[in-house]
Amino acid sequence: MKVEMGFDDAQYDMQEMILDVDDLKLHYRTRNGAVQAVDGVNFTLRKNHATVVIGESGCGKSSLAKAILRLLPRNIETFSGKVYIDGEDVMLLSDEQFRRNIRWNRVSMVPQAALNSLNPVVRVGEQVAEPLVIHQKMGKRSALGKALRMFERVGVPSDFLTRYPFELSGGMRQRVAIAMALITDPDIVLLDEPTSALDVLTQANIMNLLKEVKRDVGTSYLLITHDIATSSEIADSVAVMYAGQIVEVSDARRFFEKPLHPYADMLMASVPKLGRHEVPIPILGQPPSLLNPPTGCRFRDRCPARFSKCDEEPPIFQVDEERQVKCWLHEEGVAHYVS
Amino acid sequence: MSVEDKTGTLLEIDELRVWYELKRLGFAHAGYVRAVDGVSFNLDYGKAIACVGESGCGKSSLMKTVLRLNKPTEGSIRFEGKTINGLKGEALREYRSQIGYIQQDPFGALPSFMTVRQILSEPLAINGIKDEDEQMRRIEAALTEVRLTPVSDIINKHPHMLSGGQQQRIVIARAMILEPKLLVADEPVSMLDASVRVEVLNLLKQLQTDRQLAIFYITHDLSTVRYFSEHIFVMYAGQIVEIAKMDDLLDNPKHPYTHALLSASPDPDHKNALEMREVPPGEPPSLVNPPSGCRFHPRCHFAIAGKCDHEQPPFYDIESEHRVACWLFDPDENHEQP
Ligand SMILES: Nc1ncnc2c1ncn2[C@@H]1O[C@H](COP(=O)(O)OP(=O)(O)OP(=O)(O)O)[C@@H](O)[C@H]1O
Ligand code: SF4
Ligand SMILES: [Mg+2]
Repeated sequence: MKVEMGFDDAQYDMQEMILDVDDLKLHYRTRNGAVQAVDGVNFTLRKNHATVVIGESGCGKSSLAKAILRLLPRNIETFSGKVYIDGEDVMLLSDEQFRRNIRWNRVSMVPQAALNSLNPVVRVGEQVAEPLVIHQKMGKRSALGKALRMFERVGVPSDFLTRYPFELSGGMRQRVAIAMALITDPDIVLLDEPTSALDVLTQANIMNLLKEVKRDVGTSYLLITHDIATSSEIADSVAVMYAGQIVEVSDARRFFEKPLHPYADMLMASVPKLGRHEVPIPILGQPPSLLNPPTGCRFRDRCPARFSKCDEEPPIFQVDEERQVKCWLHEEGVAHYVS
Repeated sequence: MSVEDKTGTLLEIDELRVWYELKRLGFAHAGYVRAVDGVSFNLDYGKAIACVGESGCGKSSLMKTVLRLNKPTEGSIRFEGKTINGLKGEALREYRSQIGYIQQDPFGALPSFMTVRQILSEPLAINGIKDEDEQMRRIEAALTEVRLTPVSDIINKHPHMLSGGQQQRIVIARAMILEPKLLVADEPVSMLDASVRVEVLNLLKQLQTDRQLAIFYITHDLSTVRYFSEHIFVMYAGQIVEIAKMDDLLDNPKHPYTHALLSASPDPDHKNALEMREVPPGEPPSLVNPPSGCRFHPRCHFAIAGKCDHEQPPFYDIESEHRVACWLFDPDENHEQP
């Protein structure tokens, strides 16, 4: 079965796609107006791949994860678009169907600051087993048995099963949170800033673990982060988010060599690099408010390459099979940009 | 603003120990947390030194003791040649007024009910500068220095009306307003976005040069240190394991722990995804019962049985100003090195 993707001339083989997000919108209702946290987002995730969403604080990354998993607050102004999981548009499901069939069973999540969100008064083994009991109606004994095997997989010693979260280090708690997300054997795991609160060595350990699970279990990841260096540890594909929108999607190899969108390019140049003596360059200015984002390209005010066209919102240009960019410089026939 | 042209040592830390007593049920002595355990280093006027280590390695205790928010348990801290270990009252306030402090979290550092002007005049008033014109002159100078201009746009705002980067620059302006000789910066950019981080680091660098400001920069993130400090040391479990000039340490690391930190800090590169990263097993030790001998030995690939687990390694000189506390560098032996 073929399905029209968000991009006119691109059609992908559904066999390969585990997640396809098309024109997803999530606007929050507030006293001052609608916050356009997710505003027409398109990207895909292939089976056993990792798509990394990179973006700075407040650009809407967590909102994107919540929209996909339908973990919504009450103050919703707009929630629309298509989310295909293995070819099925799950936006058409009722909340009840979504909860029963999708959340945990097909898609699970390691939330931002997961290591601090474990229940402090429940033993970690029981917490990890809980999704099985609740979402897969498994008996408690066999669920704990599976939790034990999951602990082994993520490198938590088995005697930790009966410990409480405060008895574990930050790295161990993050492993527990990952075990909990994996225990229902989901196709997709959403990871929201899985290493941001951790020390470098622990970060490297957790990234190793995620790589191992991807290799051995075949899980697909949607990983959300502001940390570009760490994102390159796992990414097969990169999506760059700016002010509620995805401005570039690319395969990881070419992205880390040279991004296409001016924002992505400048973001890369702003990262201090340990191994190289090149001086990092900050991006001056601030992203626009999501309350009343300006018309036209949202990066316009900070963009050194802007030109007359940029007062209009750029569409998404399909540069080649793997790369899309939302910037007028990539309209066919335009060749202004040299960075 | 005046530039004092002093050279030589500003801050001298010698065999510093900061131990916290543990009590059982609030009474019985139950041992010590040896947060800082024999740390020595010097910082010259106008220079920057970075202290790198993982959480719990004693960085914060070291910093707080330099600020004299903690008392040293043993060893000494000298500032401009004078011991500050036992300072109290007015003398302590006078000492602290010469040190600016930038804390990690800009979002928690600024009182939300105050305007920028009130935030910046407070330290002036506390230190006897009460004349309003003089206050205003200093506030304008400080805001200009951290490039928050036009000053009139900023001065009546409350912190929540400012971005993270702007808030952190207010924190820096507040730290600079008494024209300190030393700035203690505890993870000043770790809460900020990549694109803003460099801006704040550049600003600190600028202040260092323009104002002959010495900076003690504390971080867990090696990637930010290179453009910033002349010197660096690495802490593990309450102790310094390696100290050197910045480029020497980054380009020619010696201690196995320094190697581990460096190889765990990736630069953006798609090839990172193709392989596992080498990470030493285990986690940092307890500071109550640290391992015998070299504190890193239980996690070290190179540990020499019978040596590293028994005796604490001394510092060996590698080259000028590059010292490492590791038995592998004993010049009388011929050990495999990382
Ligand atoms: N329930 C809500 N109601 C109104 N606004 C919200 C709500 N949740 C988030 N927002 C706003 O939506 C925008 C995007 O927030 P979101 O948490 O998705 O960003 P993020 O990219 O995950 O940021 P960070 O990197 O800091 O985690 C922000 O402006 C935020 O203040
Ligand atoms: S559309 Fe224009 S303003 Fe936006 S990123 Fe491209 S060149 Fe810059
Ligand atoms: Mg978030």
